Amino acid sequence: MFADWPLLSLSIWLPILGGVIVLMSGEQGARRLALLFAIATFMVTIPLYTGFDTTTQAMQFREFLPWLPSFNINYHLGIDGISLPLIVLTSFITVLVVIAGWGSIEQRVSQYMASFLILEGVMIGVFASLDAVLFYVFFEAQLIPMFLIIGAWGGPNRVYATLKFFLYTFLGSVLMLVALVYLYYQSGTFDLQELHQLRLSMTEQMWIFVALFLAFAVKIPMWPVHTWLPDAHVEAPTGGSVILAAIMLKMGGYGFLRLSLPIAPDAGHELAGLMIALSLVAVVYIGFVALAQKDLKKLIAYSSISHMGFVTLGTFIVFLLVAESPEAAGARLGVEGAIVQMVSHGLISAALFLCVGVLYDRMHTRMIADYGGVVNAMPVFASFLVLFALSNAGLPGTSGFVGEFMVILATFHADFWLAALAALTLILGAAYTLWMVKRVVFGPVANENVGALRDIGPREFVVLGLLAVAVLALGLWPAPLVEVMHPAVDKLIAQVAQSKL
Amino acid sequence: MTSQFLPLLPEITLAIGACVVLVVDLFVPPERRDTTYVLALAALIATLVAVVVGQPDGVRILFGGSYIADPMSLLLKLAVIVLTFFVFIYSRPYLAARGLYNGEFFALGLFGLLGMLIMISGYSMLTVYLGLELLSLCQYALVAFNRDSPRASEAAMKYFVLGAFASGMLLYGMSLIYGLTGSLEVIEIHNYLIRHGIDQMGALLGLIFIIVGLSFKLGAVPFHAWVPDVYEGAPTAVALYIAAAPKVAAFALFMRMLAEGLGVLHGDWQVMLAVLAVLSLVLGNVVAIAQTNLKRMLAYSTISHVGFILLGILAGTAQGYSAAMFYVLFYALVTAGAFGMIILLSRRGLEAEQLEDFRGLNARSPWFALMMLFIMFSMAGVPPFAGFYAKLSVLRAVVQVDEIWLAVVAVVFSVVGAFYYLRVVKLMYFDEPEETGAFEQGAGLRAALSVNGLSMLALGLYPAALMSWCIAAVSW
Repeated sequence: MFADWPLLSLSIWLPILGGVIVLMSGEQGARRLALLFAIATFMVTIPLYTGFDTTTQAMQFREFLPWLPSFNINYHLGIDGISLPLIVLTSFITVLVVIAGWGSIEQRVSQYMASFLILEGVMIGVFASLDAVLFYVFFEAQLIPMFLIIGAWGGPNRVYATLKFFLYTFLGSVLMLVALVYLYYQSGTFDLQELHQLRLSMTEQMWIFVALFLAFAVKIPMWPVHTWLPDAHVEAPTGGSVILAAIMLKMGGYGFLRLSLPIAPDAGHELAGLMIALSLVAVVYIGFVALAQKDLKKLIAYSSISHMGFVTLGTFIVFLLVAESPEAAGARLGVEGAIVQMVSHGLISAALFLCVGVLYDRMHTRMIADYGGVVNAMPVFASFLVLFALSNAGLPGTSGFVGEFMVILATFHADFWLAALAALTLILGAAYTLWMVKRVVFGPVANENVGALRDIGPREFVVLGLLAVAVLALGLWPAPLVEVMHPAVDKLIAQVAQSKL
Repeated sequence: MTSQFLPLLPEITLAIGACVVLVVDLFVPPERRDTTYVLALAALIATLVAVVVGQPDGVRILFGGSYIADPMSLLLKLAVIVLTFFVFIYSRPYLAARGLYNGEFFALGLFGLLGMLIMISGYSMLTVYLGLELLSLCQYALVAFNRDSPRASEAAMKYFVLGAFASGMLLYGMSLIYGLTGSLEVIEIHNYLIRHGIDQMGALLGLIFIIVGLSFKLGAVPFHAWVPDVYEGAPTAVALYIAAAPKVAAFALFMRMLAEGLGVLHGDWQVMLAVLAVLSLVLGNVVAIAQTNLKRMLAYSTISHVGFILLGILAGTAQGYSAAMFYVLFYALVTAGAFGMIILLSRRGLEAEQLEDFRGLNARSPWFALMMLFIMFSMAGVPPFAGFYAKLSVLRAVVQVDEIWLAVVAVVFSVVGAFYYLRVVKLMYFDEPEETGAFEQGAGLRAALSVNGLSMLALGLYPAALMSWCIAAVSW
């Protein structure tokens, strides 16, 4: 019955409309109204999954309207197996963020909730766009609500952090705009699927790849353009950190898969070595950096960068694999691993930031040294935190394991030593996460503030419980997620293997 | 005979209207000044109607080639009239609070607008020059309007001296071209250059002087020095008047003189405009960062926007012209909004022209903070606001003529520009207000400002209509 509905438009515009309504309705009832719209949007995205046809490589739920005909820019939406999981993830996480902000935000509640709802619509727009300019519009528009969220509800150094966040990402993406305009002149269209077919010389591909790379590498973020992320995470309010880590970083990975690889495959091939090297630096070096952090949020932020290294590794290892044989099973494993890693990290990082939020609401400090023996006062919370921490470290049976394992396996197909380096993360990840858990959760009660902590309430329990279920479900039975992706990933690998020269 | 005069209807209507305002104001006692205000608005509306009524189909060149009515003149005239309408609405409370609420403001504003209309429709160098001088003289007088303010007098003096200098340059360039081609008419100049080729030193020399003169009026680097001083020194209402509509008229001059008259020399003026554009983009955006005075910041922001407009013109294609036209219309609208916000926050004894005055605006008035947010992000070129499409269309035109490096310079410096626009947003949303008083300004200003702010979002979500109008206006 949903097949004829413009579900994608609904899932973009419903939360935006909701945001406007929440903004106008004033402080009273803003929370309830926001939750209502968040849940409604989540409900809208569910039929996207249930109605998804896993047998076709074509874009589904397509919508097409001329928007700026003189520029051949169209309101063109559609999803495949790569974007679908990210859309569902976005609407799911937003519900949790709204619930999590229920008690902890006291000032300007309606503006806070409206920002997140509008942000949700825009983020879904990024994943659903099939027109390059539409993609760019959503990609940039999301900076505005996030800029406000970090700046208005953030920590003491929030202005510096939010300006850095905005300008860094803005600088990265403006060159992408020039590249897209150039592509338009080569092809006469902004349609992404037609751009995938466009033949380009090596020089053109190189420049375009570099321009796109700047945009997505800053976003995901890759070493060495990651420095905005720890600042932004530390200063952002809990909800902002959650959205940033769970969804926004994924846009970098999504951009690589949707734009960079299919549009400039030969340049990707040429630069794959560099990309893999940068990914491994992120995985290993940033892993060590995470080990040294004294601030809980910073630790998770660096852990995010390290985990995103797996996404880029899985994405670019494909070039090494298809070079050997076009039907390499490892290539599919690499890309699917990257996507699973994105979804899984979306859940785990969201959970970890929410856990830090729970502690911060009570103690108003994020320093690891201020905690110790939390398990004595908050046993239920401690069990959740330990579960998510283990998942972050890649424990089999949790979602964290699946993505990392797939990527490492794919890397192994390509080169033993690369895989060995990547596998270091299993040790490093365990080291920094578990050490953090040891210092925060276990041991004797560190001070009387910790002793006086009260355990999580029902609202917090629901949020963390839902995430725990998702993390375990994905870890134990990833098939429903992976199966959705097969056709889209096969198509992508075929595009990558096909030289455009 | 009537059909000769029909396209002139807007100019005739406006000239009568301005005279009526001037004369009636003599007999209106100061406490009934609103009569003058209403009459001025009525004159604007009448002119707007006259533009639509008088507009012939297609292109008509009248009075021996000295006047043109074409789709471009229609669009630009409507734009300057509507902008002046907004300017008058914004100005009224500002003037009233400062004892400047005199009929002369509106009379001078209307005569200036007449100058703009003539600039837009002038098709011989003489008509164009007359229009320009009519506008300029009104502007000089308006800047000095608050005669008790030494700052304003200083600004007026600077503006007058430098403006006269620029007019001289322009006139000298025109005379060179006249001497060479033997005609003042744009179309004749064009034909002469086509017949006799472009290899003419004299034409080049004339071109240089014309470009200097025009750049001066538009405020492009290195002929920008007057812009910050005039914006800062003039009463805000006057700065608003100078910043918005005259840029549209100046754009029309560029189109008539360069694109139509000296189009054959495109190769030459393209290089010159490229230099001007890059300098404007760099200097405007970088120096704006250092400003603490919002009016000065907007002045440098204007300079950087001028860089973008020049980029569109220098492409020399129909796409470039339509992009520059879209850009200049967007720019005039967004600038009017920004100055309107300054007026909204001002009150007797306080010129809310410092950046600090916007501190905590969100706590005082969430709605107008949101409008200012729209305006600022629009200026920064962040989608989904109108500024993004203005920039996109210019980039498209520049990339099309294979000047990709110019596009890269433009986008990189618009990131620099984003910083100072964000700083305003930061002050409004992230800081606490120092005072919490309500605004004194009345409903007219509020409504106009809301329309102005929302138009940034509306044009951003649906740019197609205005864009296709701009494209139709330049497709001769």
